[in-house]
Amino acid sequence: MKVRIHVSLKPGVLDPQGRAVHHALEGLGFSGIADVRVGRLIELDVADGTSDADLEAMCRQLLANQVIENFRIEKLETA
Amino acid sequence: MAFRSAVVTFPGSNCDRDMAVALEKVSGSAPLRVWHGDAELPDALDFIALPGGFSYGDYLRSGAMAARSPIMQAVVGAANRGVPVLGVCNGFQVLTESGLLPGALMRNAGQAFVCRTVALTVATSQSLFTAGYEAGQTIRVPVAHHDGNYFADEATLDRLEAEGRVAFRYAEEVNGSQRRIAGVLNEAGNVLGMMPHPERAIEPELGGSDGRALFESAVQALVSA
Repeated sequence: MKVRIHVSLKPGVLDPQGRAVHHALEGLGFSGIADVRVGRLIELDVADGTSDADLEAMCRQLLANQVIENFRIEKLETA
Repeated sequence: MAFRSAVVTFPGSNCDRDMAVALEKVSGSAPLRVWHGDAELPDALDFIALPGGFSYGDYLRSGAMAARSPIMQAVVGAANRGVPVLGVCNGFQVLTESGLLPGALMRNAGQAFVCRTVALTVATSQSLFTAGYEAGQTIRVPVAHHDGNYFADEATLDRLEAEGRVAFRYAEEVNGSQRRIAGVLNEAGNVLGMMPHPERAIEPELGGSDGRALFESAVQALVSA
């Protein structure tokens, strides 16, 4: 089963990387960009039947730092 | 009584030798060296140091992988028993990632790697690490980091300040840290994490000796215990 873990900075947490990308996009001539936030996409290939609880535990224990980040689990295929 | 300390080395640590030299010069005893893959720490330690560097190449998040390495379970256990633990730079990142200290260290607000000597204000002298300083004293210690921007939610920051757990603040803008926090203590006061490198400032030949009192304080705390 393929699973995508979307990790993003919590709202309100300053994202220097997103700000730099924002400035770079404007430097390329793109206008009308209100904000840019850079996150992380982690693709897992796990055994079919891996429980939601286990996937959430993986996110909480390692993949996301919940002090600063939120995560969202997206399952691409089911058994 | 000999000061029995240990320095943990992770793959990618690069200040472990500096830390060992500082501990030996100040305490008179060479620290034991511990590898990240070890499951146990040496017995009866008086002090544990997590050094600076780029453990595991800063993969995922700075300190994230090291915080889950086998030795860290033993370090967490020792910290919870009251053994003094100092984490410097990457060591501070490992301490927040392991949950021993609150908050997180994010990319510097200016996005640039900052490598220079900065002025710090000692925020409390009421800890085994800072007893050798005066509260409010300004000291000069080098920093060298990309991810030193301390973040915690407002309630956590308020609690840290109310409980006297901010150990050091930057006396100048350095990396965007909330409330200019450069180092924090755990609730019991036996765990200190800080981004500046006191081990790089223990004698004039290194460009300064303002970091020396931190190690002297820790040694003194043991002797008088």
